[in-house]
Amino acid sequence: MAISTVDLQAAAGEAAPSPRPAKRQKFRFISNGKTLAGLIILGFYVLLAIFGPILSPYDPDARGSDLISPPTSAHWFGTTHLGQDIFSQVLSGARGVVYVGLLAGVVATVLAVIIGVSSGYLANSGGEALSALSNVFLVIPALPLIIIVASILPSVSNTVIGLVIGLTSWAWGARVLRAQTLSLRGRDYVDAAKATGESTWRIIFFELLPNLTAVIASGFVGTVIFAVLSEITLAFIGVSDPTDWNWGTILFWAQSQQALAQGAWWWFVPAGLAIAILGTALSLLNFGIDEIVNPRLRSAGRIKGKTVRMRIGFTPVLGKDNR
Amino acid sequence: MSYLLKRIAFYIFTAWAAITINFFVPRLIPGDPVQALISKERGQLNADAVHSLYVLFGLDKQQPLWQQYLDYWGQLLHGDLGLSFTFFPSPVSEVISSSLPWTLALVGITTVCSFLLGTGLGVLAGWRRGSWVDLVLPVTTFLSSVPYFWFGLIMIELLAGPDSIFPSSGGYDPGVTPGWDIDFIGSAVQHSLLPALTILISSMSGWILSMRNMMVTVSSEDYITVAHAKGLSDRRVMLGYAARNALLPNVSGFALSLGLIVGGTLLVEIVFSYPGVGFQLFQAVGAKDYPLMQGIFLIITLSVLAANFIADLAYLVLDPRTRKEG
Amino acid sequence: MIEPLIEIKSLNVDYGLGDEAVHAVRDVTLTLHRGEVLGLAGESGSGKSTLAYGMTRLLPPPGVVAGGEVIYHDPERGPYDVLSLTNSELREFRWAETSIVFQGAMNSLNPVHRIGSQLTDAIKAHDPRGSRQAREARARELLNLVGIPGDRMESYPHQLSGGMRQRVMIGMALALEPKVVIMDEPTTALDVVMQRQILGELVQLRERLGFSVLFITHDLSLLVEFSDRIAIMYGGRIVEQAPAKQIYTDSLHPYSAGLLGSFPALRGPKRELTGIPGSPPDLRAMPTGCAFHPRCPKSFEPCAQEIPVLGVPDAPGGSDRTVACWLHPVR
Repeated sequence: MAISTVDLQAAAGEAAPSPRPAKRQKFRFISNGKTLAGLIILGFYVLLAIFGPILSPYDPDARGSDLISPPTSAHWFGTTHLGQDIFSQVLSGARGVVYVGLLAGVVATVLAVIIGVSSGYLANSGGEALSALSNVFLVIPALPLIIIVASILPSVSNTVIGLVIGLTSWAWGARVLRAQTLSLRGRDYVDAAKATGESTWRIIFFELLPNLTAVIASGFVGTVIFAVLSEITLAFIGVSDPTDWNWGTILFWAQSQQALAQGAWWWFVPAGLAIAILGTALSLLNFGIDEIVNPRLRSAGRIKGKTVRMRIGFTPVLGKDNR
Repeated sequence: MSYLLKRIAFYIFTAWAAITINFFVPRLIPGDPVQALISKERGQLNADAVHSLYVLFGLDKQQPLWQQYLDYWGQLLHGDLGLSFTFFPSPVSEVISSSLPWTLALVGITTVCSFLLGTGLGVLAGWRRGSWVDLVLPVTTFLSSVPYFWFGLIMIELLAGPDSIFPSSGGYDPGVTPGWDIDFIGSAVQHSLLPALTILISSMSGWILSMRNMMVTVSSEDYITVAHAKGLSDRRVMLGYAARNALLPNVSGFALSLGLIVGGTLLVEIVFSYPGVGFQLFQAVGAKDYPLMQGIFLIITLSVLAANFIADLAYLVLDPRTRKEG
Repeated sequence: MIEPLIEIKSLNVDYGLGDEAVHAVRDVTLTLHRGEVLGLAGESGSGKSTLAYGMTRLLPPPGVVAGGEVIYHDPERGPYDVLSLTNSELREFRWAETSIVFQGAMNSLNPVHRIGSQLTDAIKAHDPRGSRQAREARARELLNLVGIPGDRMESYPHQLSGGMRQRVMIGMALALEPKVVIMDEPTTALDVVMQRQILGELVQLRERLGFSVLFITHDLSLLVEFSDRIAIMYGGRIVEQAPAKQIYTDSLHPYSAGLLGSFPALRGPKRELTGIPGSPPDLRAMPTGCAFHPRCPKSFEPCAQEIPVLGVPDAPGGSDRTVACWLHPVR
C-alpha cells in the first residue's frame, strides 16, 4: 500500500508543507499528467461499473458445456469449472467493487473529517480523547477485525461490507487531518477570524476545510484503495455478498478449484489485473495530489527538448558543462 | 523517559481496547451463530468447555453485562480462549501456539527485511531523482496496488512447478518430522522462500515510494543546503544528512502502518497453505469457527502492539529530540 | 589599492526554464574586495538572496544560473570562474574559499547529529588525512572563538538557544579559514540585543582573521553601521552602490533614499520617517523601463521607457560609486 508523503509527515507529527490558499489550485490538478492518467482510468472503471453487467455477453452464473476452457473467441477470458464465462464475471464484478470502494471511502472520509478536524481544532480533553481513539483504531490490525465482524454478521451484502470497512478504516485519515488542522489552527487568518467573533463552526467550514481539501482528497483516495483491497480479500476468503460477483469471488473459486494446479491461469489473471490497474490509477491520482500539496515533489524541467537536471546543491549553469 | 512511559501507557490502553472490542463484537450482533454450533457439538463438550464458550460469547444472558465482562477477563487471564470447532476438541490457545511461530518467522522477518530494503532503495531513488532510477517508480506503483495474495498466485504460477526448487505449498516437507535438526529447518526455509519473496516484493514497493518522497522533501531543508555548502561528499550528504532525517518519519510510518501491512501479508499464507495464523484464520472463517477467529484476532493485535513498541524504541534511538534532555 | 577578491560579471539567475522562466537576478555586476564588508540590501523579493545562492550554485530547483561569470581571485592559483568548475572542483572550493552563514539558524543545523560532528565533518571533507584529535581540537577552538564552551560539542541542536545556534553556524563558517564569508540575513531570526552582540563579535573576528564579508539583509540600518560599502538591489538589479557613509548621507537613487527613510536616524539630526509607498514588483510582470518608476516620487519621462544603466554618476562624491537612475546621468 502506497503511503503519501503528506500522510507520513503528518503521521510523524510534523506539519506537512502548508497547502496554498484554496483558490489558486483549483483545476490545477488536471494539468498534472499523473492525476490525468489516474482520472481517465478511473472514469473507465466507473463506466464499467455502470454498464458492465449490461455489456456481459453471458449471465455470469450460467453454466456452460466448455469446462475450464482457455480463452477462445466465444469466451475471451476462458471459463470456470462449471463452464461459466469469466469475461462476464469480471465485467459484472466491477459494479460491486466500485460501489463498496466508494461507499467505504465516503463513510471513512466523513468520519475522518469529523473526528480529525474536531480533535485538532478543539484544544481540550475532548480533542485529546478523539486523538487517542484514532490512534487505537490505527494500531489495531484492521483487516482481521473486518474479517471477524463481517463473518459474525448473519448476512452480508455489499452495503454491509462497505459499511464495515468504512467504519474501521477512518483512523489514518483522521490522524493526518488532525495534524494538518493543528498546524492551520495557529495561522493568522484563523486568529483573525476568531478575533472578529466568527463562530467555531463557521471557522471550521469556511476557514479550515477549504485549506484541507487536498489532504481530505488524498485520504479519500487512500481509503478507497484500502477498501477495494479489503473487499477483494474478504471475498477471496469466502466472505462476500452471495448474490453478487466481484473480482475476489472469482479468485475465491479459482483458488478453491485448484486453478493453479490445472494450469488455468486465465481464471485468476484477469481479475487480479483489474484490481491492480484500479489500484494503480488510484495511486497515480494520489501522487498527483501529493505533488500539488508538496511542490518539492514535482519533477525536473525541460528546455527545448533537452532536460536540464535539477540537482539539489549544484544549481545548473546553462551553457556550461559542470560534470 | 516520559516519552517511553507515554507510549507504554498507550499500548496498555490499546490492548485493553482490543480485548474489549473482542468482548463486545459477538454481543452486539443480532442472532446467536455460536449457540447453534455449541448445540451441535453438545454431546462431545464437557460442562466446563460449554461454560467457557458461554462466557466468551455472552450467551449467558441472565448475568449483567459487567459481570460477563469480569468473567471474560478472568478467563482470558487464565489463557482460556475457548475450544476450536475446526480442530475439535483442541483449545484455541493450543491451536494458535502451534501456528504462531510459523507466522512470526515468515511475516516478522520479511516485514523487517522489506522495510530495510525498501527504505534503502527509496534513498537512492529520492537522491538520484531525474535519473534512470525514476524508471523504477511505475513498477513499484503497480506492485504496491496488487493484492498480496494474488501476487502469491502469480509467483506460484511463474516460479513453482514440478522441477522448481520452490515448493508451492505447506510449511515443510511431509516426509520430515518437525524438530530442531538440519533436515527440518532446511525444509522449512525452502518452503518459506516463495511466500517470503511474495511478501517482500509486494510490500517493499510501498517503502520505496514513501522513502523516496521523504528524501525529496528533506532534500530542500536548510541543513542539506548547508551540507552542500560545506563541500561534503555526495555520500555523506545523502546518508548522514538527507537519509538520516528522512528515516525518522518513515520509521514512525512503519510503526503506524504495521496493522495494515500485517493484515495483508497474513493472507499470503492462504495461497501457500502455509501453516501459520493467517491460513488458520482462513480455515476458521470457512468453518465458522468463531472462538478461533477471535483468538487469532487477539493474538495478531497483541503481536502488532509488541512490534509497534519495538519500532518506538528504534525511533527513540534514532531521534535525539525524543531522548532525555542532557 | 585594494584588490578584488570576487568579481561577479553580468550574472543572470532564473527560476524555471525557457518561456516560463522568472528572471530573479538580472545582469548583476558586483565586486567584493579583499578584507571588506560589502552590504547587499533590498526588500524581500529584490533578488539579493538569489544572487548569493546563484553565485555559489546552491540555489534549489527550479533555480538556474542563466549566464554570467563569478571570477574568484585565488591568491595561490590566480583568477578562475567559479561557475565553470566541475562538481568535484566546486566541492573542494566550497567552505575552503567561501563559506556561508544562512538565514534561519533554526534549520541550518542537522537535528540528528551532535554539534561536534557537524563541525568536524566539514574539516574532514577537506582534509581527510588529518587526525581525529586535531579535528576535535579545532572544533573546540572554533566554539570558543564564538563564545561557546567547548563541552557543547556533545550537544544536539535542539539543546541550544537560537543565538547559540547562530554562533555555532558562524564558528562553522570559519572552520577552514575562508577568504569570503557570505552572510544571508544572519541575525534576522534573533532579538535585537542578540543581533547587535553577535554582529559586534563578528566585526572583531573579521579584524583578527581578515576575511571578506558579503552581508545580505533587508535592514539597511545594520549595513550602515557594520559595512564598508553597500549595494542596493531592486527588482533583480543593482540600483546603487557606494561606500556606506555616502549611501547614508548622500544617496542618489530615490529607492535608496526610501529605504533610508524607513528607519530612524542613527545619530545626528532627526530625519522624518517616510517609508516607500506601494509594494515590490512582481518578478513575472516587471514594469517597463526602470523597475522602480511606479513607486518613485521623482519619476519623469524616460523612467517608464528605458532601463537606466548602472554607471559612475556625473555628480559630486567621487568615482567609487555607481547608480542606475535617469536623474543622475552616467558620466
